Amino acid sequence: MEHNWDFYAVFIGYEGWWLKGLLVTLVYATGTVVGGLVIGVVCGMGLLANRWWLTAPIHVYVELFRCTPVLVQIIWFFFALPIVIQVDLPGWLAAGIGLTLYMGCFATEIFRGGIISIDKGQWQAARAIGMTYPEMMQHIILPQAIRRMVPPFVNQSVIQFKNTALLYVVAVPDMMYTGYLVVADTYRPLEVYTGVAFAYFLLLYPITQWGKRLEARRDR
Amino acid sequence: MTDSPETEAGKGGRPTLSLRSLRKSYGPVEAVRGVSLDVHAGEVVVIIGPSGCGKSTTLRCLNLLEEPTGGTLRVGDRELDFADRRSLPTGRSLARFRARFGMVFQQFDLFAHKTALENVAIGLVVVRKKPRPEAQRLALDHLARVGLSGMEDRLPRELSGGQQQRVAIARALAMTPEVLLFDEVTSALDPELVGEVLSVMKGLAGDGATMVVVTHEMAFAQDVADRVIFMDQGEVIEEGGAEEVLANPRNPRTRSFLARFRRQEADG
Repeated sequence: MEHNWDFYAVFIGYEGWWLKGLLVTLVYATGTVVGGLVIGVVCGMGLLANRWWLTAPIHVYVELFRCTPVLVQIIWFFFALPIVIQVDLPGWLAAGIGLTLYMGCFATEIFRGGIISIDKGQWQAARAIGMTYPEMMQHIILPQAIRRMVPPFVNQSVIQFKNTALLYVVAVPDMMYTGYLVVADTYRPLEVYTGVAFAYFLLLYPITQWGKRLEARRDR
Repeated sequence: MTDSPETEAGKGGRPTLSLRSLRKSYGPVEAVRGVSLDVHAGEVVVIIGPSGCGKSTTLRCLNLLEEPTGGTLRVGDRELDFADRRSLPTGRSLARFRARFGMVFQQFDLFAHKTALENVAIGLVVVRKKPRPEAQRLALDHLARVGLSGMEDRLPRELSGGQQQRVAIARALAMTPEVLLFDEVTSALDPELVGEVLSVMKGLAGDGATMVVVTHEMAFAQDVADRVIFMDQGEVIEEGGAEEVLANPRNPRTRSFLARFRRQEADG
C-alpha cells in the first residue's frame, strides 16, 4: 500500500491547535510532577514518623494508586470524584488531581527509599553528637539522600510526562487530544501520530540525558 | 554485681556518672539485667565479655541511643529515672543530654558527604552554635591531636579505616564531652591499623579523659584500664582493677572467658 506522506497538511493551518496542545501537555506534566513531589515529601516524611495512624493511611493511598492502572484512575477521577466529594469540579481539574496523586504515590516511595538508604550508623553518629532530629535531617541525612533520590525521580517524571497523553480520554486538549482533533479534520493519522510521537521524544530525550549525567556525577 | 564500686576504683568523691540497676529488654529478651556502674572523672573503665553479653547495649543506654527499660542514671547534676517514662528528656533536651557524652563506634560512622574537617566541625557549628571559622580552627586542633594534620580535606572514603576511626575520635573530642564512650572501636579494623587507634586512646587516657571502653583488646585493658568489668548474659559478673580481673579472676565464668579468649588469640 502506497502512502503519500504529507506533514505540511497536518501542521499548516493547525499551528494554533498544536501550540495549545503542547502548552497543555507541558502545564499538566509540570503541574502533576511538582504536585506529586510535594505529596511525596509530605507522605514520605509521614512514613518515617513510625506512627501507625499516620503510616497506615499513607500505605493504603500508595498501594491503591500503585496497583490500579493510571488510565482507570484518570477516568474514575473524571467521572466519580466530583460526585463522591459533592463538589462540581471541572473535568480537567479532576483528571489532573488523579494524575498528581499517581505521581505522588511513586514520589513517596522514592523519598522514603532515599532517606532510609542512608546508613543507620550515620543516624546514630549524628544523634550521638547531640543533634536533634531536624538538625540531623538538615545537615546529615537529606543532603546525601536527595542526591540519591534525583535519578529515580527524573525517571518517574519522564514516565509521568508520557502519562499525560492519557488525558485525551477525558477530552483534555493536550498534544495527544489535539492529534485526535487534527486527524478528524485531515484524515491523516500516520502523519499526525508520527509527529506527536516525535514531539514527545524531542521533549523527553534531553531530560533522560540530563538524568544520566546526574547519575554519573553521583557515582564519581 | 557490686552496688558501690567506688571503693574498688580507689578514687573518692562523687562519680561523674552513676548508673543503677540498668535494665533493657527487646520484647521478651532481656539484654541488660540490672547493671550498676560508677565512673569517676579521669577514670578509664573497660567492659569485657562475650558477644551478646549486653556490654554494647549498656554503653548505648548511657547516652540514650537505646532507651533503657529500667534503672536510674545520673550524669553530673542531671538525674534520670527510666521507670518514669514521662520524666525522660525528649527532642532538644534529649539531644543536648547526649552531647554530654562523646561516642565512637565500631564502624566509624563518619558523615560520608563531609570531609574530615567538616565531620569534626559540624557538631560545633550545629549543636554548640560556634561560628564556622572558630569551629574549623578547633576541628584542625582536634585532628592534629589524633595525628591527622594534613588530612582535613579528605572524604571518609579516601581515608584508611584507622584514619577514619581517628577522625571519629576527633569528632567526639571536639564536643568536649564529660565522658567518652568507645564501642568496640578496633573490631572492624585490619590488624595492622589497630595500633594507631589504640595509641590515640592511650594518649587520651594519659591526658585524663573519662572513658568507658567496650573492647576485646585485653592488652589495652591491661595497660590503660583503672577498672575492668566482666559482663555475661546481661549482668556484671566481676569487677575490679585490671590486674585483679584479667590476671587473677575469681569468678569461674570470667576465668573460662579469658581462657577461651587467650586460646583464640594464640590460634590467631
